[in-house]
Amino acid sequence: MAGAAERTPTRTEAPLSETDRRLLDAYQRAFPLTPRPFAVIAEELGLTEAQVIERFRRLQARGYVSRIGPVFSPGRVGVSTLAALAVPADRLEAVAALVSSYPEVNHNYQRDHAFNLWFVVTAPEAARLDAVLREIEARVGLPVLDLPMERDYHIDLGFALWC
Amino acid sequence: MVLKAGGEARDRALIRAIQNGLPLTRRPYARIGLELGMSEAEVIERIRRLQAAGAIKRFGVVVNHRALGFRANGMVVWDIPDDRVDAAARRLADMDCVTLCYRRPRRPPRWNYNLFTMVHGRDERTVRERIERMAREADLEDVPREVLFSRRCFKQRGARYA
Repeated sequence: MAGAAERTPTRTEAPLSETDRRLLDAYQRAFPLTPRPFAVIAEELGLTEAQVIERFRRLQARGYVSRIGPVFSPGRVGVSTLAALAVPADRLEAVAALVSSYPEVNHNYQRDHAFNLWFVVTAPEAARLDAVLREIEARVGLPVLDLPMERDYHIDLGFALWC
Repeated sequence: MVLKAGGEARDRALIRAIQNGLPLTRRPYARIGLELGMSEAEVIERIRRLQAAGAIKRFGVVVNHRALGFRANGMVVWDIPDDRVDAAARRLADMDCVTLCYRRPRRPPRWNYNLFTMVHGRDERTVRERIERMAREADLEDVPREVLFSRRCFKQRGARYA
């Protein structure tokens, strides 16, 4: 989806039902690690297993759910860094597309600052990470700000839907 | 346990299989196992162990903030004296609507900030107010900071670790 705007719901879509909110809220952590996780959730919410699966499918299709799966601790699985570029405004789209084209780049955002392009690079090993950064630098002709994480202070309990 | 390239091959294969999410089927762990030549029980046990070891921070539903209406996302960067940064970061990390709190190196003269917090909200004003409150509550009003709001998302998906 390099360069593509991300899927956002339109105003005409129905607001979330109470059941959907619970599916989004209650299973961000402690998702059941049992052979039939959706049956466990169904039991807790008074639904059938098929209904839970169908609702998650719909929530994913509508873009509310990115995935059901692991969130890895940075620096524990593979290596990653936050990188930034100060890109002249008239080159931003082209440079952003080039950066996004790397499978190792998983986040790539424009932010309002002199450093206006911020991206996360993740690779199985440090040599590949460095190679990607050097290659981007060479191809765009701009110095990359490389800001690897030194310490993580946040305990990830998921996203509070009332924020 | 740190899972670098030389780490356990079966864990790496499992990470590769689940990093983009479970299949939405009745027995997702069995389905993953089928692809990998592992039993359902082994898949579950390995995920459990990766979580217990801290390699997996959490396992569950990953929501898309933007799609849910939390359109404003401010990356706050702080230049906190080295002897204060750990204590301040621990306070900021637990505050409402903070989803990330990382210490990163300064790169003077181009970049002088050493702490990054991500703050979400429905609009920029809410996020700015929240950040001012955070600064007050963490005694960081004297510390240089900037807020970098996201403008366009060019790419966002789960990382590929293996």
